[in-house]
Amino acid sequence: MADSITNVLLVGVGGQGILLASEILAEAFMIAGFDVKKSEIHGMSQRGGSVVSHVRFGEKVYSPVVPEGEGDILFGFELLETRRYLNLLRPGAKVIVNDFMIQPPSVLLGNDRYPENLAEEISQRFTDFKLIDGLKIATEVGNQRVANTVLLGAVSKHLKLDDRVWQKALQKMVPAKALQVNLKAFESGRSL
Amino acid sequence: MKEILSGNEAIARGAFEAGVKVASAYPGTPSTEILENISTYSSINSSWAPNEKVALEVAIGASFGGARSIACMKHVGVNVAADPLFTLSYTGVGGGLVLIVADDPEMHSSQNEQDSRNYAKFAKVPMLEPADSQECKEFTRLAFELSEKFDTPVMIRSCTRISHGKSIVSLSEPVTGLPEPKLVKNPPKLVMLPGNARVRHPLVEQRTLDLSTFGDSWEINRIESRSEEIGIICTGVTYQYVREALPEASTLKLGMVYPLPKKLINEFAATVKKLYVIEELDPFIEEQVLAMGIPVIGKEIIPLCGELSPGRIRVAFEKAEIIPASETKNVIEEKLIPRPPNMCPGCPHRGVFYLLNKANAYVTGDIGCYTLGFMPPLNAMDTCVCMGASISNASGIVRSLPPEEQRRVVAVIGDSTFLHTGVNSLMEMAYNQAPATVIILDNRITAMTGRQENPASGYTLAGVKAPEVDIPDLCRALGIKHVRILDPYDLEETKKVLQEEMSRAEPSVIITNRPCCLIKDDSRFSKSALLEVVQSDCTGCKACLRIGCPAIEWQPDAEGKKGKSFIDPLLCTGCTVCQQLCKFNAIRQVK
Repeated sequence: MADSITNVLLVGVGGQGILLASEILAEAFMIAGFDVKKSEIHGMSQRGGSVVSHVRFGEKVYSPVVPEGEGDILFGFELLETRRYLNLLRPGAKVIVNDFMIQPPSVLLGNDRYPENLAEEISQRFTDFKLIDGLKIATEVGNQRVANTVLLGAVSKHLKLDDRVWQKALQKMVPAKALQVNLKAFESGRSL
Repeated sequence: MKEILSGNEAIARGAFEAGVKVASAYPGTPSTEILENISTYSSINSSWAPNEKVALEVAIGASFGGARSIACMKHVGVNVAADPLFTLSYTGVGGGLVLIVADDPEMHSSQNEQDSRNYAKFAKVPMLEPADSQECKEFTRLAFELSEKFDTPVMIRSCTRISHGKSIVSLSEPVTGLPEPKLVKNPPKLVMLPGNARVRHPLVEQRTLDLSTFGDSWEINRIESRSEEIGIICTGVTYQYVREALPEASTLKLGMVYPLPKKLINEFAATVKKLYVIEELDPFIEEQVLAMGIPVIGKEIIPLCGELSPGRIRVAFEKAEIIPASETKNVIEEKLIPRPPNMCPGCPHRGVFYLLNKANAYVTGDIGCYTLGFMPPLNAMDTCVCMGASISNASGIVRSLPPEEQRRVVAVIGDSTFLHTGVNSLMEMAYNQAPATVIILDNRITAMTGRQENPASGYTLAGVKAPEVDIPDLCRALGIKHVRILDPYDLEETKKVLQEEMSRAEPSVIITNRPCCLIKDDSRFSKSALLEVVQSDCTGCKACLRIGCPAIEWQPDAEGKKGKSFIDPLLCTGCTVCQQLCKFNAIRQVK
């Protein structure tokens, strides 16, 4: 439909910091002068469930949810959840994934096995694919908890916004105490 | 100034800009953040009420005193608040009064997907429906003006996608010059005895007619002319989906969904060749348009259940051959391991549900995090209807059962839900001596909706110390003779008390006393010593897995036949429930 709109999806597991990452994204697009809408589900999903956040920007955005099959960029915090939402993407979409697995309940209980070779399978369907070890980089930066910001930095490379816009968005959305480590994490993601 | 706000934040901003003085609510997804955000404005007296009926009545009182007031709730909350709502429609208002209701089509976090627009028609009050955050703010302001102009409460209907969606909002300054609240006596208008109410009812009917006429020229109802082939009446978030899915179609976007602007609808119908109503859930507008004698297509092609989306609308129009079919998208449907929500590591409810399952209890459940006790491997919930129903359902079910079956019936309810509507139910159970057992899972907070304070938590919405409801004393005061308090992390004790109370042929209450492990205040909850599975001692018996703790992982060996358990040190809170299940002493404190 609206070709002037870019559709970004952030997916993962409740508690991984997806909402904050999507807030920063939306803020950055607004600062850059775009219309922006975002949507996600709170509530039940916070208890370790599957989470998907939609962020859309462009000249004029109507629907807050990305129409099925029109996602341009998928930003996955977890492999199985990335796999789950591939159907929201258009053919040829870009997929950036954290190389990270969180066992769903039935796997923890030993009733199911976490699917193997997910990254390979995803990269076969979407060749514009990048796998990132967000946790490892975050640990190098000095705080495991900023893995989401590392990933955001990696995604930012594909969104054609100015460095200053990202910095402003981070400054606004991240608590002052955690700003320095987040800026550093963002930079390491961006330079990957 | 512009900001990106969620619909809920924008409604709060609108209340602030409208000069609201009093706000009251009971938390409920997706409405909860409205009051939380209102509480950041110091000009507004905002507070949690124990339930939605009380919240609305607090707002009504403030309105009668001349203040602009607001009450917020989720769709099912209006069921609880319906009693005052219907009579409020007759009394009208003093200061403007707005009732915000947030529906949850698709039931992302609800037990049904009732369409609140029916309440507007049923109670004969106007309802506005915003389509994005900017409109959430604007409509909230306008609703107060409408309320005072027509002497009526006004409902605003949001939904999950509006409340939890974010978009750009221009902020304005708050209104000034509103009259100061004061007491003004007016019994004929405010004392709804039959004699007075009979005078009010015709005024209400006239008001609805007047509002409909007003809506014909109100700018929030607007015709957008595009192609004359397809004309679509739509409201709220559905308008956005329509613009996306059918960009060529002409639209009549209704900001006020009740009463309908009849002249405007006639006018729009005359300009298009084929008229459709696209609405989520019920054929609310469609039926009224049909009753006006205008041919219109709606639920014949649009789903009655669940949310709409641009994709669902397109598919509906393609299937009905109104628009050409688009290329079939390469949608591969396949079965992936699901990831349902789960009780948190360290949740004080976990051990209780484990033991209820072991005791072969028939558990009447209630609304809260603990409804997740339904999930495997706990599998310990048999009913869940609405807030407070656990206790009254238990009280009812035991009445026709033989004694050996009566003993198996246990109601489980959280502290906040107990105070919401469970107290009445327990009063009934004590009064009529129904021989069931009630467990009040008191985790000191309203957890499911994101940890809101309640009358038993000891704090107000603003975080100020408040009197705490003494739940054990309250139960005794209601007439319960057997009230037991226990530590739900102590499985031995919990099991013993559960056995004793279940076998008692009298009503009894067990209260668990561990706080929610997500409470961020260290004085209320702090983690205990971290546990680990000492791998050399683990026999792989899987006993610790039966509680379904997300911190415990089964790690199969190479052949996948045997394996050992492992505790994730980032998730473990040291609650010790798993440790108590390990017969081999393989789960120990990390040294």
